[in-house]
Amino acid sequence: MSILVIAEHDNASLKAATLNTVAAAAKINASLTSEIHVLVAGATCSAVASQAAAVAGVAKVLVADAAHYADQTAENLAALIHAYASGYTHVLAPATSNGKNTLPRVAALLDVAQISDIISVLDADTFVRPIYAGNALATVKSADPVKVITVRTTGFDPVAATGGQATIEAMSAGPDLGLSKLLGRELSKSARPELAAAKIIVSGGRGMGSGENYHTVLEPLADKLGAAMGASRAAVDAGFVPNDYQVGQTGKIVAPQLYIAIGISGAIQHLAGMKESKVIVAINKDPDAPIFQVADYGLVADLFQAVPELVAAL
Amino acid sequence: MKILVPVKRVIDYNIKVRVKADNTGVDLANVKMAMNPFDEIAVEEALRIKEAGIATEVVAVSCGVTACQETLRTAMALGADRGILVETDVELQPLAVAKLLKTIATNEAPQLIILGKQAIDDDANQTGQMLAALLGWPQATFASKVVVDAAAGKVAVTREVDGGLETLELTLPAIVTTDLRLNEPRYATLPNIMKAKKKPLDVVKPETLGVDVTPRLTTLKVNEPSPRAAGIKVADVAELIHKLKNEAKVIS
Ligand SMILES: Cc1cc2nc3c(=O)[nH]c(=O)nc-3n(C[C@H](O)[C@H](O)[C@H](O)COP(=O)(O)OP(=O)(O)OC[C@H]3O[C@@H](n4cnc5c(N)ncnc54)[C@H](O)[C@@H]3O)c2cc1C
Ligand SMILES: Nc1ncnc2c1ncn2[C@@H]1O[C@H](COP(=O)(O)O)[C@@H](O)[C@H]1O
Repeated sequence: MSILVIAEHDNASLKAATLNTVAAAAKINASLTSEIHVLVAGATCSAVASQAAAVAGVAKVLVADAAHYADQTAENLAALIHAYASGYTHVLAPATSNGKNTLPRVAALLDVAQISDIISVLDADTFVRPIYAGNALATVKSADPVKVITVRTTGFDPVAATGGQATIEAMSAGPDLGLSKLLGRELSKSARPELAAAKIIVSGGRGMGSGENYHTVLEPLADKLGAAMGASRAAVDAGFVPNDYQVGQTGKIVAPQLYIAIGISGAIQHLAGMKESKVIVAINKDPDAPIFQVADYGLVADLFQAVPELVAAL
Repeated sequence: MKILVPVKRVIDYNIKVRVKADNTGVDLANVKMAMNPFDEIAVEEALRIKEAGIATEVVAVSCGVTACQETLRTAMALGADRGILVETDVELQPLAVAKLLKTIATNEAPQLIILGKQAIDDDANQTGQMLAALLGWPQATFASKVVVDAAAGKVAVTREVDGGLETLELTLPAIVTTDLRLNEPRYATLPNIMKAKKKPLDVVKPETLGVDVTPRLTTLKVNEPSPRAAGIKVADVAELIHKLKNEAKVIS
């Protein structure tokens, strides 16, 4: 019996979240002596399969290459994973929007629980996961024959992307259920680092006042620092920036080396997404803003003065 | 067509929970409870589809303790036509809820089931996807826009995904789970709260539905996360930069 990791990819390249997920699989495997396999389900995705085969610690890459996996729709993917899952003790995917979309569906087809967003592995059956917006950590034990798990990437340092020499095996595709169809995508384009993988994040909240301010004030800072840009829910709801900027309990979970929260009050839902950052800086004009309770360095100031000053001094 | 909306009773989102001293869970005694915020968005969306003349009935379902009746009354005060409580004192995990909802869906035959994407207590983000699997229906999670074409038997759903937005077309009957930007839920008015008291509310038991709700995961313990070491306030930008360079060493 082995451990199956579902690759996160866009048919062209393997996403970094897969490396953190393989790291979680390796932790599970510390108390077993299984193999780690990676499933690449996609369309004309052989480049992804080669990249997955190079990931440290992976023994085998399974490739299901068919047009009906191109868009990663949950119905077809779950049917495929379900068909292969019985040979595995664990099925893991990163807790990305794809992983969260698909794995509960796999678990229900297998009639097992799904364990969401694990941040640590205690043994092959026992995992730690945050609940209540990270205000509590639950240690849960599963008695199910197959453990279906999503992995919070910030909980596991990635394994090396190279050095592995897995075999690549082509698998027969599952059925095309024809239940859903992709009509279109509007993906945010940015030359900046991805939020989830960035070392530095500059994040703006309602205090930015407008989308225009968000860009004119924060972008020079992000440029100077080579940072990714994030936001609070309030800034997204107000239309300052697109939804994929949202950091928090119900947005993206990040843990960069440096997180700079600007004009963000620090609601528990926001803290849930960034309080594991190594160093937190807060700039807010309200000295009592809760963000200062988690900030290593707090600056009580008007952001429209402080941020340009910061940019000039860097 | 009929729309089913599962609503969960959870701790109010403004409250910061405390872990119990014996580490068995979080302290919910005398804590304000409310409808899961994503479920308010789900109820609102169902009502808008009804008000647009596409749906004819909105049925709210809650699974859990007797007090979930309050959550159902809230849904009815907002405009749901009736409520169903699946009553049990057993701790319900997403798979069990999905199984209960499956039997209700089989009895009620809705064309659309709208759930929240995530309950803010267990933060599971599973139930809608599991229900879709059990019913063999298509799913569109994390919805920010829902357009029903009842005549064509389709629904187009725009989803908030990691890279931005994507739009899927699903064949009805289908499952949708809500994200924050789908709509802004209305408030219940006093007359509607009064009216809701007279709307039908059925109570059933898991056993009657033939569903085994025994938990699959055992919670061994619940801890507080380790707190961050206290930080400092810096006097000005110059001090901030000095600290980041020389103390934290995160910029150069
Ligand atoms: C179900 C649910 C899920 C949620 N999920 C998330 C989530 O994932 N992520 C998230 O972020 N939120 C989430 N929220 C929302 C959260 O509760 C807060 O409403 C939100 O985080 C507030 O955003 P904010 O700090 O930008 O705005 P506010 O709370 O309005 O704070 C703005 C801050 O800017 C400061 N400010 C204003 N002007 C200036 C200035 N000129 N200079 C300096 N400072 C200034 C103010 O002092 C204030 O502290 C969720 C809420 C719910 C109910
Ligand atoms: N006990 C419950 N009763 C009714 N609906 C529920 C219950 N638990 C979960 N749900 C629904 O499933 C959604 C996702 O919950 P979860 O999978 O627990 O994060 C919620 O927003 C509700 O719509």
